Amino acid sequence: MSEVLLQVRDLATEFATRSGPARAVDGVSFDVHAGEIIGLVGESGSGKSVTGYSILGLIDPPGRVAAGSVKLDGQELVGMPHSQLRALRGRRIAMVFQDPMSTLNAVLKVSTQMKLAMRAHGNPSKQEMRQRSLQALAKVGIPDPERRLDAYPHELSGGMRQRVAIAIAFLNNPGLVICDEPTTALDVSIQAQILIEMRTLVREAGVSLVWISHDLATVSVLASRLLVMYAGRLIEEGPTAEVLRRPHHPYTQGLIDSLPSRAAPGKDLLQIPGSTPSLTALPSGCAFKDRCAHATTACDTAPAQTIAPPRTWRCHHPLNMDAATAVLAATS
Amino acid sequence: MSAAPGRPQASSHHSPKGEGIPVSPNTDPKVSPAVHGTQHGAVSDPARFIALDAITRRFSSIPPFSERLAKRITGQKASTTVVHAVEDVSLVVAKGETLGLVGESGCGKSTLGRVAAGILGATMGETRIDGAAVMRDGRKATTRIQMVFQDPFASLNPRMRIGDTIAEGPIAHGLVKKSEAAADVVRWLQAVGLDADAAQRFPHQFSGGQRQRVAIARALAMRPDALICDEPVASLDVSIQAQIINLFLQLRRDLNLTMLFISHDLSVVRHVSDRVAIMYLGRIVELGATEDIFQRPRHPYTRALLDSAPRLAADGAPVQEIQPISGELPSPIDPPPGCAFHQRCAFAQARCQQERPLLRQVDHHREAACHFPLQETNT
Repeated sequence: MSEVLLQVRDLATEFATRSGPARAVDGVSFDVHAGEIIGLVGESGSGKSVTGYSILGLIDPPGRVAAGSVKLDGQELVGMPHSQLRALRGRRIAMVFQDPMSTLNAVLKVSTQMKLAMRAHGNPSKQEMRQRSLQALAKVGIPDPERRLDAYPHELSGGMRQRVAIAIAFLNNPGLVICDEPTTALDVSIQAQILIEMRTLVREAGVSLVWISHDLATVSVLASRLLVMYAGRLIEEGPTAEVLRRPHHPYTQGLIDSLPSRAAPGKDLLQIPGSTPSLTALPSGCAFKDRCAHATTACDTAPAQTIAPPRTWRCHHPLNMDAATAVLAATS
Repeated sequence: MSAAPGRPQASSHHSPKGEGIPVSPNTDPKVSPAVHGTQHGAVSDPARFIALDAITRRFSSIPPFSERLAKRITGQKASTTVVHAVEDVSLVVAKGETLGLVGESGCGKSTLGRVAAGILGATMGETRIDGAAVMRDGRKATTRIQMVFQDPFASLNPRMRIGDTIAEGPIAHGLVKKSEAAADVVRWLQAVGLDADAAQRFPHQFSGGQRQRVAIARALAMRPDALICDEPVASLDVSIQAQIINLFLQLRRDLNLTMLFISHDLSVVRHVSDRVAIMYLGRIVELGATEDIFQRPRHPYTRALLDSAPRLAADGAPVQEIQPISGELPSPIDPPPGCAFHQRCAFAQARCQQERPLLRQVDHHREAACHFPLQETNT
């Protein structure tokens, strides 16, 4: 595997609430290698988006990064002064959000918004900016980019708007792009177009991608590695196909089993009982134990992360273990 | 949540206590005269329990005064913009059947659902349930068809207690006496898997999945024979989505409900539907039994839609080969001539640009609106 571009260690992000601090992200560690696409999966409230925001230093009070370290190319981002972070954001790390209508400025033309992004990190000439804008738009599959440059966001369809947002994120050739559910609001046919374009874009530019999503199937189209989060913790990690075929954590297994495509038509789906616990009232020990069919008294203590490369998990009773993995786990 | 409150007969939906002697809608005009279709020679036919007959729904907007004035001065004709949301759609749903309605945003599926539910009038055409018109004189004229909406955050009144929300409809329509409303509410709450004490709480005290259960209980409290569900699980997390889908499956079994299930999610529709209708730009382009359609699509759009959806293989392996459809949905304000899909279709020929294909039988129990339907062998 190539060099580590992003290193996240024991990241914890808290939000002050009336009922005490809520740990939205609790001890999350992972690496992103250069040119790699990782999928960060979880349900609402699992902390997947907050993890993305924490990496970029976008957590505002009452939230704060309470502990841990985020290193980009060896450079520590946690605690970095705002001015320095600003110089990094958009140039070395960029982000694509779910709703392009709220990330694009409704009263500025596409060309203006692209110029602003380029001027923030340099002083390119007018001609160069136009050239780079056109290239960026063409790369994300926007037909007739010349005409789109003069358009306002409301004149574009949802899919085209998201493409513009992606084009802006890629404008300054960042090394890492964090995408937070960028296709969730789009139709399947448009989503498929964007997924394929993303794959090509990443391959050509050698960018690393963190793709945050609630949808296992969508993530698995792109990601070579899958990270599953539950109640702020990273509970399972591994190569996409392996995690999906042989999930070790009962929650991952439950998520996969509850997909409609996994049951015979018309038959009841396997379902995870209950719902995600509130972050301010997490059960002690394993946060999933109240919904888990395999839980025992051992689960009253929080499981440590077991590391058996290329897999990791946090569970006292992992599923689908083979002999080799068990040996690796025992020696870790 | 296993035992749903008994409704001895589906046709007893208007008897005040929801029990007792089955009342035939056509012989008991006293109960609620407005809701019974005794006119128009209403004929009950279980195969055509919900019947949408040539529904067209257009939305027109008149340009603002300034624009009209400007046009007038310059001697041009001010034009009204007309959105062709639904064009000439005929569908039937048999008693106890679930028909899935699939399409991308802007295809008119929600509009069609609202027309079917009698919430929205049709520009042309008519909806009937069990032979009786759903709308009369521009108003909904039956309680037998109810709707469940996508967003339970928007469809429940935040200032009303859940119990009042559920009881409001049945009391207003005389289905339940005020004195018995509380007990009735509890029965429906339990039917959807909620505790009785939920009645005293407000919507904000529930999670999204619980709210959707409340919305379903509210619809069921009207003793409907048919439910129109518009993306009822789209806003829910995967694990909660499975719970609500199971609830629908169970209610359908227990109450013999007839359902029109609208969704953009192919795997959900495949799971719950007996038959599926695929919609594109206001028209039905393919119609048939669910598994037939998913395994052997005959319309190129259906095929393209299936190929573009991310999915997991049976063993959980990711399927990385998705095939996007080129282009975007054309504007329903100015639909293209010929087949609405021809600009995006890999199989389009000259004829497709001029002549609009009609929905026609292409196989046993299969209809498709295509001049060149795909062949059976194409899986």
